[in-house]
Amino acid sequence: MPIIHYIEADGTEYEADVVVGSTVMQGAVDNMIDGILAECGGSCSCATCHCYVDEAWFEQVGEAGGTEKIMLEMAIDPQPTSRLSCQIQVTEELDGLVVRLPESQY
Amino acid sequence: MQKVIIIGAGHAAAQLAPSLRKQGWKGQILIIGDEAYIPYQRPPLSKEFMAGEKTDDEILIRPLSAYDQHDITFRLNETAVKLNPLENALTLSTGESIGYDYLAFCTGARARKVPIPGSDLEGVFYLRSIDDVKGIKHRLDVRVKDRAKKSSKTSDSANVVIVGGGYIGLETAAALRKMDVNVTVLEMQDRVLARVTAPEVSEFYQRVHAEEGVQIRTDSIVSHIGGEGQVSTVRCESGKCFDADLVIIGVGVVPNVELAEEAGLLVDNGIVVDEFAQTSVSNIFAAGDCTSHPNALLADSLMNGRLRLESVPNAMEQAKTVAASICGQSLPYASYPWFWSDQYDLKLQIAGLSQGFDQVVIRGDHKNSRSFVAWYLKQGKLLAADCVNRPKEFLVAKQLLSRGIKVDPALLVDESIDPKTFLQ
Ligand SMILES: Cc1cc2nc3c(=O)[nH]c(=O)nc-3n(C[C@H](O)[C@H](O)[C@H](O)COP(=O)(O)OP(=O)(O)OC[C@H]3O[C@@H](n4cnc5c(N)ncnc54)[C@H](O)[C@@H]3O)c2cc1C
Ligand code: FES
Repeated sequence: MPIIHYIEADGTEYEADVVVGSTVMQGAVDNMIDGILAECGGSCSCATCHCYVDEAWFEQVGEAGGTEKIMLEMAIDPQPTSRLSCQIQVTEELDGLVVRLPESQY
Repeated sequence: MQKVIIIGAGHAAAQLAPSLRKQGWKGQILIIGDEAYIPYQRPPLSKEFMAGEKTDDEILIRPLSAYDQHDITFRLNETAVKLNPLENALTLSTGESIGYDYLAFCTGARARKVPIPGSDLEGVFYLRSIDDVKGIKHRLDVRVKDRAKKSSKTSDSANVVIVGGGYIGLETAAALRKMDVNVTVLEMQDRVLARVTAPEVSEFYQRVHAEEGVQIRTDSIVSHIGGEGQVSTVRCESGKCFDADLVIIGVGVVPNVELAEEAGLLVDNGIVVDEFAQTSVSNIFAAGDCTSHPNALLADSLMNGRLRLESVPNAMEQAKTVAASICGQSLPYASYPWFWSDQYDLKLQIAGLSQGFDQVVIRGDHKNSRSFVAWYLKQGKLLAADCVNRPKEFLVAKQLLSRGIKVDPALLVDESIDPKTFLQ
């Protein structure tokens, strides 16, 4: 199972096994990581699952498109590697992925 | 060891239990749920789950192992039936009585039943739980096969009549259309979504549903559901009659407050709580659809300063407040509500509470396109925005509300202006 590293804004690190086909958001919810709220449960409606993909991983993960891209523009403190974590599907290739979580989702 | 008991295993419970651990609660956490499932997402029930795009496991909020890891235990298929707050004792349907130090009501709401003759026939459903949807899908399968057997034309699809043109009814209609089912929606008011939106938004949804092949009949009061053992027709007061293999009734919910009320807790259209989610009994708290709570931010919309909401974000945030209160911290709950609804290619996102508005202005073309915003104002102040395929405006609206920014309605509707600039 791919391992995803989550780093909260205060530096707390989590390592989580996330099944292929699941999402980076779901991995955080399963492991009760507070920095991701995911109020809409992954339907790309809330922008409360915002994360910053580690630069080394950004190319592999890819850029946001469509609705997600528009939402990110208006998220709190967006950065070039911002993604909505519910829109990142976990694949074998993402084993080792590092994402940082923003200070606040509001 | 100290013990928290949570009654109800829905969205609020799924947030409350882990939040208690995060806040440092070391004692026992027991969740009692009368359904057979650990907490699952309810929104997909009328969306992806109804349409068959997601499985049971895929709509779980998180797997059981995640709760196990945090020593959160469940007793499923059991109902809390009696509460004695003087002795801190809760009785279950099994007859067993258990003690607690803190208790949290996360009992949610249930579908409102209607006293229409024939509503107890086989094939008539309500829609609140996973089992409701499984029942609907099973019946649909059987009917589709029956029809295929009887008729040589395979195009002879099943007829579903939905009673009630609210969000759940309309989402269900959209999901069923993906399955080649004939769908009729009967709404007693003169427009769908009448309780929650402006006429322009109702008009828009009626148009889109008609374009997608759903028959919407407004001013239609159902007087009788007919059939021999099984439902076969739905009759309206006007005399109009519709064929039905299956009927889904979606006419709102009633909060699950009886247990609290019988125990003497203050109840008024929901279990009465303060901004710390505390009930009228100091070691009993409540969160989610079952609560009547204060919200000073919404003073312009509320008659007595209180409201009861039916939404996931409300359940989650209020649950966090309960966790903080139990752990001796203070996290008062007052935020702007928000909601969403997915139908066809329409992503509706609603910021704020439109109740009490005196003006609606529309950005975009709600008559011909599938993308617009209805801004609701009261004396020039923004109360809410219904955003259809307008994610940017939605997030801008949320910030306009939370930061209390006033924008001239003439600018709100001006498509040549980037909505982002409203925030400057
Ligand atoms: C079809 C559908 C679509 C929806 N779509 C959306 C949407 O798009 N967006 C949105 O924000 N919201 C949506 N909602 C509303 C949302 O699901 C609710 O607001 C949310 O579930 C509330 O969470 P809760 O924990 O308060 O209650 P619930 O999730 O209802 O959980 C309460 C649980 O407690 C159980 N219970 C009650 N009494 C007892 C007892 N005495 N003993 C044991 N167990 C008990 C109930 O059976 C239930 O399992 C939708 C709801 C439905 C039904
Ligand atoms: S969980 Fe809501 S947008 Fe990702």
